[in-house]
Amino acid sequence: MAKRTSRTGKKKPVEAQPAGEFVTIYVMGEAYQVPKELTIMKAMEYAGYRFIRGCGCRGGFCGACGTVYRTRDSYKLKVGLACQTVVEDGMYLTQIPFYPANKKEYDISQLQPDTQVLVRHYPELMRCIACNSCTKICPQDIDVMGYIQAAIRGDIARVADMSFDCIMCGLCASRCPAEIVHYNVALLARRLYGAKIAPRASHLVRRLEEINSGKFEPGLDRLTRMSEAELSRLYYQERDIEPE
Amino acid sequence: MYPPSMQESIRKLEATRQERIRQGKIPLLDAEAKKALLKSFHPDYIETSMRQLQVGPNKGDRTPHELADVLEAWPLVDPKRFDPARPKFTVDVLVIGGGGAGVAAALTAQENGARVLLVTKLRLGDANTMMAQGGIQAADKENDSPERHYLDVLGGGHFKNIPELARALVTDAPGIIAWLEELGVMFDKKPDGTMITIHGGGTSRKRMHACRDYTGAEIMRTLRDEFRNRRIEALEFCAALELLTDDQGACCGAAFVNLDTNELFTVRAKTVILATGGCGRLHIQGFPCTNHYGATADGLVLAYRAGARLVFIDTIQYHPTGVAYPEQIVGQLITEKVRGLGAHLVNVQGNRFIYELESRDITASAIIRECTERGNGVVTPTGRVGVWLDTPLIEILKGEGAVKKNLPAMYHQFARFGIYMDKEPILTYPTQHYQNGGILINDQGETGVKNLYAAGEVAGGIHGRNRLMGNSLLDILVFGRRAGRSAAEKSKTVSFDQTAGFHHLQKFQAELKTAGIPRDRCAPILFPEYRRPELQTPFVFAG
Ligand SMILES: Cc1cc2nc3c(=O)[nH]c(=O)nc-3n(C[C@H](O)[C@H](O)[C@H](O)COP(=O)(O)OP(=O)(O)OC[C@H]3O[C@@H](n4cnc5c(N)ncnc54)[C@H](O)[C@@H]3O)c2cc1C
Ligand code: SF4
Ligand code: SF4
Ligand code: FES
Repeated sequence: MAKRTSRTGKKKPVEAQPAGEFVTIYVMGEAYQVPKELTIMKAMEYAGYRFIRGCGCRGGFCGACGTVYRTRDSYKLKVGLACQTVVEDGMYLTQIPFYPANKKEYDISQLQPDTQVLVRHYPELMRCIACNSCTKICPQDIDVMGYIQAAIRGDIARVADMSFDCIMCGLCASRCPAEIVHYNVALLARRLYGAKIAPRASHLVRRLEEINSGKFEPGLDRLTRMSEAELSRLYYQERDIEPE
Repeated sequence: MYPPSMQESIRKLEATRQERIRQGKIPLLDAEAKKALLKSFHPDYIETSMRQLQVGPNKGDRTPHELADVLEAWPLVDPKRFDPARPKFTVDVLVIGGGGAGVAAALTAQENGARVLLVTKLRLGDANTMMAQGGIQAADKENDSPERHYLDVLGGGHFKNIPELARALVTDAPGIIAWLEELGVMFDKKPDGTMITIHGGGTSRKRMHACRDYTGAEIMRTLRDEFRNRRIEALEFCAALELLTDDQGACCGAAFVNLDTNELFTVRAKTVILATGGCGRLHIQGFPCTNHYGATADGLVLAYRAGARLVFIDTIQYHPTGVAYPEQIVGQLITEKVRGLGAHLVNVQGNRFIYELESRDITASAIIRECTERGNGVVTPTGRVGVWLDTPLIEILKGEGAVKKNLPAMYHQFARFGIYMDKEPILTYPTQHYQNGGILINDQGETGVKNLYAAGEVAGGIHGRNRLMGNSLLDILVFGRRAGRSAAEKSKTVSFDQTAGFHHLQKFQAELKTAGIPRDRCAPILFPEYRRPELQTPFVFAG
């Protein structure tokens, strides 16, 4: 990107606020001094990295920024979301690429939510050795092993409920000795639950019939032709509001 | 976790809580009071924040400097470096952007018999859609109707919305919810299947459908899964740099860069759907923002150069409640659902100052007034100001555990920093959230440029001058589906033209030259620049 010439003049970059205290972090082996309150993502930008991969929502929702690190003198590998984890002194960092993972193709409208459906699509589920590595690594604090056990039992509703907060970051799959792709199993369970197990909304069906029969067309015709003054009167004077 | 200076104010807020509960709902402002508040405190009304465009179809219209800077800019890569005669892909429908609008458009175009390619800048689904928490509107309850929904949409938009677009929005809404239900989106429901719906700012009926507070994520991951099941072709980490046009000015593809390899390539298509989302990461007026990393107005830039008219580009939505503390997550969204569940907005003295569910522009203005003119803001250690959202009140109103149950994502986000929102309030200030305007479309998603369609946040007109919560997730699917259908149908009538190139750029570049736009101002910018000034380097595409 060429340097931006803005007529508004130079303003402080909003994302990387310089601050008082600094810590040392290592990115791909190189040491950088960065303000101590930054997240890993902002610290790497402060150090001069421009993200092309490994950065999406910047808000803990998309799972694009899974990061592996350890701290000085420790053999322990730690993980976190780069956009949510604050830097520590002596942090050794690396961005990991997204793990390639298998996903079964299916036509959700044709699937039956029976107890075998998850295992049929992902037979490797049966190889789980209950090591709990998946749960320990999950940045969303999900009981991943718990939902995998529920998947093995065929309890789709339970898998759907327990896995709901999954942001599909892939970290669990990176650690699983049984090579299970937890998040894709969970997604299949949630779709089956939403489409086949949760009862359908009957008011929705009735409203669709009304719309298809053209019931609202005359009213909408009238509204779309109204002047601003007429609409304003309706809105401010006649609109009743459903109580809390 | 809060420093002592802020805790002092929390004590005041706790002291007023019982009285506030007794007080109940604060009355809505009347039309006059609203106008006055907006005029004095809404950022859109600061005269010096905008300028008139000197080039292009909206010449003479006012828009924020930051947006003007990218609309009045030179190509990022010399068009001569592309060879449109040798496209890398040739398809019926090209979809640019992999958020909710793009994926909905691609699914629908494929259903309508088109060969589709989707190209996106980040990963498929790394998009604003993934971040939406609060919900999606649709008038499907007994006491509600599309007409009521329409009136709410127009009132929110200050009656400037384009009627045919607002009408399409509310008419298709129940069908969209049914479509999502069939695809397996897990909506919050009662045991009998009735949707659990709540109010959002500006709604007259409880018509906000939610999937806990992961509504956008739940919709996006389901659509993405469906997209993969259908084996639609997609390219990730490829950014659109320019549209292709023929000598008649019709759109016939686009030019891209592969961000990993720097390869420059073109895609020829019979019709093109732009679904590149909004402009949040331009940080208009220096505001922090809620948007994802790639929200840099690229689609507006591309379409504008090709001759598409933009509408309502002088209005930006500032979400009233962005995070103001802790510093690490400043600008991120505190969903309106928090207020929908009953949390009060409270100043440093512990007093309320506005009804919490006024429309967004009104609430944002009231918070700015409280923190500036009235000096009633809470000051953080880094010198930011904000007002409290009394979240423990939700536990009192809705029962213990209500915060964790209804707002798990948000609870998690604050707990990471030692703030437990079921016990302590959270601090908030407006943040840049949404572009109210965009490319002018008709109710089929067509733009003013032949064979070019637009859907989602990149398009404008549906929401007038201000969008209500829950109508954006709705609009991306309504117009994504409509654009997908019409682009697929249209593609059957288009034949590949031999004159594909960058015909539109010649005229645009001549205008830039006449206007004296500096040569080093280039767009699209693709990503915001967050490195320190001394470390900043331009994008170089070796090609
Ligand atoms: C934090 C947050 C909360 C929200 N909450 C709600 C809510 O509760 N209810 C509601 O209705 N709305 C909400 N919104 C608004 C709504 O989510 C968005 O307006 C909507 O999802 C936009 O969808 P889209 O498909 O148009 O764009 P996006 O979802 O942003 O997708 C745009 C896509 O285009 C790609 N792209 C961009 N530039 C290029 C390029 N040059 N080349 C190729 N690809 C490109 C991006 O990478 C991305 O994949 C929220 C928004 C945010 C940010
Ligand atoms: S379950 Fe796996 S993919 Fe989902 S959030 Fe946890 S670690 Fe990430
Ligand atoms: S990591 Fe794999 S093997 Fe270990 S508990 Fe989790 S699913 Fe089972
Ligand atoms: S960037 Fe999306 S989770 Fe971190």
